[in-house]
Amino acid sequence: MISNTGVGIVSYGAYIPRYRIAASEIAKVWGAEGEGMGGGLGVHAKSVPGPDEDVITISVEAGRYAMARVPWVDPQRIGAVYVGSESHPYAVKPSATILAECVAACPDLTAADFEFACKAGTAAIQTCMGLVGSGMIDFGLAVGADTSQGAPGDALEYSASAGGAAFLIGRDRVIATIDETYSFTTDTPDFWRREGAEYPTHAGRFSGQPSYFRHVTECANRLFKDRGTKASDYTYAVFHQPNGKFPTRAAQTLGFTKEQIKVGLLAPRIGNTYSGAVPVGLSAILDVAKPGDRIFAIAYGSGAGSDGFDITVTDEIASYDRAAAPTVDQLLAHTQDLTYATYAKFRGKVRFQG
Amino acid sequence: MVQTEGIRYWRDMRARYNLIGRRCGKCSRVYFPARSICLDCHRHSIGKMDPYKLQGRGTVSTFTIVHDGDPRFGVQVPYILALIQMEEGPRMTAQLVDIDPPQVTIGMRVHTVFRKIGTVHTEGVIHYGYKFAPDSMPHLRA
Ligand SMILES: [Zn+2]
Repeated sequence: MISNTGVGIVSYGAYIPRYRIAASEIAKVWGAEGEGMGGGLGVHAKSVPGPDEDVITISVEAGRYAMARVPWVDPQRIGAVYVGSESHPYAVKPSATILAECVAACPDLTAADFEFACKAGTAAIQTCMGLVGSGMIDFGLAVGADTSQGAPGDALEYSASAGGAAFLIGRDRVIATIDETYSFTTDTPDFWRREGAEYPTHAGRFSGQPSYFRHVTECANRLFKDRGTKASDYTYAVFHQPNGKFPTRAAQTLGFTKEQIKVGLLAPRIGNTYSGAVPVGLSAILDVAKPGDRIFAIAYGSGAGSDGFDITVTDEIASYDRAAAPTVDQLLAHTQDLTYATYAKFRGKVRFQG
Repeated sequence: MVQTEGIRYWRDMRARYNLIGRRCGKCSRVYFPARSICLDCHRHSIGKMDPYKLQGRGTVSTFTIVHDGDPRFGVQVPYILALIQMEEGPRMTAQLVDIDPPQVTIGMRVHTVFRKIGTVHTEGVIHYGYKFAPDSMPHLRA
């Protein structure tokens, strides 16, 4: 799927709830030493949504941040709004309509919610690229956001976190062009949650080699081949980050250095934001990117598939009003640590009578 | 199952999401929630009350800490309820979040954040709208 139509990122905004729980705090409750399973996964703390936050509130904050940075974009020119998540607050009733209303894009637009485990947000970006590239719409707003949960005591409890980012896709004054997107998709049952089930189920070790690593590397290698590039041609790289360990190993296999992945690797500090992972990591990169920088991004969603993006930062980023909204660094600097008791209360892991 | 509580809410939802009030075209007084007649200009304001978007910035005029209130607030108790003096003039009552009760001071600068306001029961419509957070938290530039 070569783009080549000048389509790219016009603006972006990320949002991460301010609450954190440390891996050591979770480990303590389950009688484990130090950071418990969090240490092995390379996740030292994870973000936790406030009791009044969900995928819709995260999407709205991220979407408003993105729009605030481009006051020249009339929101009525947004022709599509898509929210990708696996934790939409409603089983039936779109998150995207609320976001569309909150950025004043209604009513002349199409909107929908996307689902594909952790890559629903990048799938939304690809869809917007198609609509913009074909000339059907001027701008599309794509969000990847999640407030995921792991069952108490499960390895996922150390990583499942909350956050998201919004991308305004268009052709005018793009701060970064998306030169190509490629997806590698197979039917692989490595992680799932049945309708009505409270927590997801995963296939343990199976979620590593045949799932995450296979899809990420196949996708990356195909992107390298199509573009005639190699790891050293990129300034930054960001990978789906279910923990700190997987993306580090995938990057290494593909020839990326620690320096290239450092900026976009947030899992050690905020955990796995699922559909928000690559979008928030890419936002952190765009927060510091300069004209001419090249960014390599590979998302992964269980089930399974990888979406790859070859991105080039344009001169437009020099005049882009980044300071109109908080950067990822600013969001990471204002946090509050929770005890396991408060965390359990916030996340509804404790049931109250009456 | 038929449930109509969401419909009543829906009528002023857009105004609540985006802080759209009205401004009197005669004296410029801003109202939120919207009013169709200015309290100062009375009939002279008829037809001159134009939609007006508030920027979502203000200061805490007064506040109270609620220890047992509306059950919809559930795990958020104790929570802070504040009267906010908006820059454009109106005063709004709303929950103050992302701050611990002892840190709240009168006159502190705050901005709106988009949050869940509550839901009547677990199968009901989820209500969303504004709350306020201290300006020490990251926010949109003024
Ligand atoms: Zn008046």
